[in-house]
Amino acid sequence: MLLTVNRNFITEMSAIIFLIVIGIIVAGGFLIAFVWAVKSGQYDDDYSPSVRMLFENKQSKPAESEEPSDKQEKDNPDPKQ
Amino acid sequence: MAGQACVHCGADCGKSPVIWDNKAFCCHGCKTVYQILHEKEMGEYYQIQPMSGIRVETESSSNKFAFLDNEDIKAQLLDFTDGTISKVKFFVPSIHCASCIWLLEHLDTLNPAVNYSAVNFPRKEVYITFRNDQVSLRQLAEMLAAIHYVPEITLDQLEKKGSSKTGRNLLVKIGIAAFSFLNIMMYSFPEYLPGGDLLEQDFKDVFGWLSFLLILPVVFYSASDYFLTAYKGLRHNIISIDIPITLGIMALFFQSSYAVFSGHGIGYMDSLAGLVFFLLIGKWYQGKTYEALSFERDYKSYFPVAITRLLNGVEEIVQIKTLKKGDLILVRNQELVPTDSRLVKGKGNIDYAFVTGESVPVPKQKDDFIYAGGRQVGSSIELEVVKEVEQSYLTQLWNQKETSTRVNTLDNHINKISQYFTIAVLVIAFSAFGYWLSESLETAVFVFTSVLIIACPCALALTIPFTFGNTMRVFGRKGFYIKKTDVIEQLHKTTTIVFDKTGTLTLSRQMSVEFKGDEISKDELAMIRSMVRHSSHPLSAALYHKLESEAGFEPDSYEEIPGLGITGLIGKTRINVGSKQFVTGSGEADSSKESRVYVSIAGEQIGYFSIKNVYREGLQSVIKDLGTKYDLHLLSGDNEAERDHLQQVFGPQATLHFNQSPSDKKTYVENLRKARKHVLMIGDGLNDAGALASSDTGISIADDVFSFSPACDAILESAKFDQLNSFIGFTRTSFLVVRISFVISFLYNLIGLSFAVSALLSPLIAAILMPVSSVSVVIFATVATRWLAARKLK
Repeated sequence: MLLTVNRNFITEMSAIIFLIVIGIIVAGGFLIAFVWAVKSGQYDDDYSPSVRMLFENKQSKPAESEEPSDKQEKDNPDPKQ
Repeated sequence: MAGQACVHCGADCGKSPVIWDNKAFCCHGCKTVYQILHEKEMGEYYQIQPMSGIRVETESSSNKFAFLDNEDIKAQLLDFTDGTISKVKFFVPSIHCASCIWLLEHLDTLNPAVNYSAVNFPRKEVYITFRNDQVSLRQLAEMLAAIHYVPEITLDQLEKKGSSKTGRNLLVKIGIAAFSFLNIMMYSFPEYLPGGDLLEQDFKDVFGWLSFLLILPVVFYSASDYFLTAYKGLRHNIISIDIPITLGIMALFFQSSYAVFSGHGIGYMDSLAGLVFFLLIGKWYQGKTYEALSFERDYKSYFPVAITRLLNGVEEIVQIKTLKKGDLILVRNQELVPTDSRLVKGKGNIDYAFVTGESVPVPKQKDDFIYAGGRQVGSSIELEVVKEVEQSYLTQLWNQKETSTRVNTLDNHINKISQYFTIAVLVIAFSAFGYWLSESLETAVFVFTSVLIIACPCALALTIPFTFGNTMRVFGRKGFYIKKTDVIEQLHKTTTIVFDKTGTLTLSRQMSVEFKGDEISKDELAMIRSMVRHSSHPLSAALYHKLESEAGFEPDSYEEIPGLGITGLIGKTRINVGSKQFVTGSGEADSSKESRVYVSIAGEQIGYFSIKNVYREGLQSVIKDLGTKYDLHLLSGDNEAERDHLQQVFGPQATLHFNQSPSDKKTYVENLRKARKHVLMIGDGLNDAGALASSDTGISIADDVFSFSPACDAILESAKFDQLNSFIGFTRTSFLVVRISFVISFLYNLIGLSFAVSALLSPLIAAILMPVSSVSVVIFATVATRWLAARKLK
C-alpha cells in the first residue's frame, strides 16, 4: 500500500520536479552570468560603452582592433594587479 | 569682445585669433593640438562633439614628466609589465565628453606603439597597453599632455592603487537576493491561491526544502552586513536601524525554518528574500556616489611624485618621500615646493594660489624660509630641505585630521528614531506574548515572532536612502557635489557658517584695477598695456585685461626682474612698471595693505594702479540671506584692508577675523564646535584644509570640481556660489519628505501590527504588506524629492 502511494507520488510529481530543476538551472545560469559580468567589471563604467559602440572604425583594421578590445576589457578594468 | 569661438576648445578667441588652416584658435596650444590631430587624420574628434578640446592655460615645462624615467616610480605606476608589453592606468581629470573617449581610445593612431587604450568615463581614467620597448612611460604621458589630456600622477595613486570592490560585492549580493526572491516566490505562490491548503504534503515539503536551501545564501551572505553593523553598533551602545532589521530577519528566518522542518510549508521565506532584496537596493542607490571626485584628498594627492635632487652637483630625480633634511633640491618654473625649505640659490617667486587662494606670487630672497605647497614662477631655484615632507607645516595640519575625525556620524536622525522604534516593537511583542500565554505557549510564540516580522522597519530603512540619494543627485546636477548622504543631515543641523575670504568670497583669477595719480593719457595707457602684455605675473595679466586701450606698441627692449617689476623701452621712452621699491627707488617697502603697481614713464613717476580682488557675483544677497538664519564668521589670512567693506556686507552681528594662519582657522572652528555650535566651514585652499576637516561640514569651492580641492564633505562649483543658500535650505525640504515617509511607514506598521497581535498574521498578508509598504515609500520619497527640487532649486 505504502509502495503504491509512493509510486503514484513520483509519477505525478516528476513533471513538476523536472520543471523546477530546469527552472533552477536556467535561472542559476543567469545568476552566474550576472556575477561573472559584475566581477569582470562590466558594471564599473555605464557610460563609455554606450558612446563607444557609435564610433566608426573607418581604418582598414576594424575587425582586428575590435576583437582584442573586447577581450582586453575584461582584464583591464580590473587593475588590481 | 565678440570674437570667433576657438575651433578646438570653444573659448572666445578675442581680437587676434591664431589662424591655421583657415580656422580660428584662441591660442597656440589649441592650434598645436589641432595640427597633431589633423596630421593623423583624426578630425573626427571635432565631429563627434564640436569644440570638445581642452584649453591648457600654462604650458608645462618639458621636464614635467621626467620623473617617469625613475625605475622605482615606474614599477609602482605600471599595473603589469613583462618587458615588452606594459599596462598603465592614468587619471585624466579633463575627460568630459564622447570626443574624449573617441580620441583616447584611438591613441594607437597617434602612436603605433600603443596596443590598446580604453576609457572608464565615470572614473575619468584611461587604461593603456603599450609596447615599452618602443615608447617609454614618460613619452606616453607627454603624448597625452601634448593633446592636452594631461594625466595627473600623484603620490596618492602610487600608494593605494586599484579601486575598492565594495560596489561590485554589493551588486553580487543584490543578484543573489533577487535570484532567491524570485524562485521562492514561485514556490510560495500555490499556497496563496484559493485551495492552496489542498496542496499535497509532498509538494509542500519539496517547495519548503528548496526555499530553505535558497534562503541560506540570502541570510548568511547578502544580509551579512546588517548583522555586522548591528553587532558593532551594540558594542558601542548605539541602537542603529540595523538592529530592528536584524531582529526582523532572524525572526523571519527561524519562524520559516521551523515551518519547513515541521512540514508546515514555506513560511515567510518569500517575504524574507524580498525584504533583503529591497534593503540592498536602497543601499545601492544611496551608495552611488561621484567616483571621479575625490573628497579624501590630502597632501599626497597634491604634491608631485618626484623632485630633482642635487647631490654633489649632479641632478637626480628622486621620490619626494625619500628627501632628508639638508638635501639640496632644484625647483624649476611651475614646479611645486614639496617640503618646508630654505632658499639657497636663485630668485624665489612663489605662487601660493592653491594654499591661500591668493594668486599674486610672493618674492623670496636667499635664506628665506619657504613653506611647502607653493609653486615657483620664474627661473629655477635651489632649496635646502629643512623638514621632511611628512613633517612640513601643511602636511602636519592635515595629519592631525585623524584625531578630530567626526565620531558622531552614527548619532543621526534615523538612529534616534530606530531607538524608539526598537523599544516600542519589543514592548508590543512582549506584551502580546504575555497576553496570549494564557491561551497557549505555541500561539504566544507565534504572536511574538509575528510582531517582530511585520514590524521590521524595511520602509523606514528605505526612506533615508531614497530621499537623500535623490537629493544628492539633484544637487549634483546643479553643481553641488556631496560626499555621502550623511552630509545632508549635517547641513540641515548647521547653526554657524564660517567663511574663508581669498578664493572663497573673491574670485581667484579676476581683479579690479583702479588708477591713482596724475592725469594719464591714452598713449601712456597704451604703452603700459604693451609692456605688461609680455609678463606672466598675475598683476600684469590683470592690468593687461583691464586697461581698455590698444596695445599698439612693441617694446624695443624688455626685461622682467622677478619679484620687482618690468622695465623696457618703447622708442626712446623708458617705462618701469612694478613694486614701489623698484619704480620709485625708495628704500622702504610698500606698507600699504592693498596690491599696488607703480608706474614711471621716462623717469617720471605718474602714480600707481590699485589692484583689488573681485568679490563673487551675488555675494551680497547670499550673505544677506544666510545672515538671517545663521551666525556668520569670516576668517581671512589677509590684512584688514577690506574690513570695513566686509563688515558692511556681513552685517554688524557677524564676526570677522583677519591675519589668520591655517592653524588659527582650525583652532577657531574647533572652539566654535566646543561651544556646541554646528559649524559649516566654506573654504577653498590648502590653508583651509585643517578648518574644513575639523568642522561638522566642510564645503570647498572649486572652479573645476575635478581638479584639486582640499579634503572636504562637499564640493561646490564656484559658478553656483549664489545658490548656496537654496542648497542649504533644501536640506530642510528633504527632512520634511523623510518625516512624511516615516508617517506613511508607521501607518503600514499599525495595520501589520494589528494583524500580528491578534494572531492573524499569515505569510500571505506579509507577502502583500511588506513589498507594498516598501515600494510606496520609495515611490513617495523619490517623486516628492524630485518635484520639490524642481520647484525650489533653480
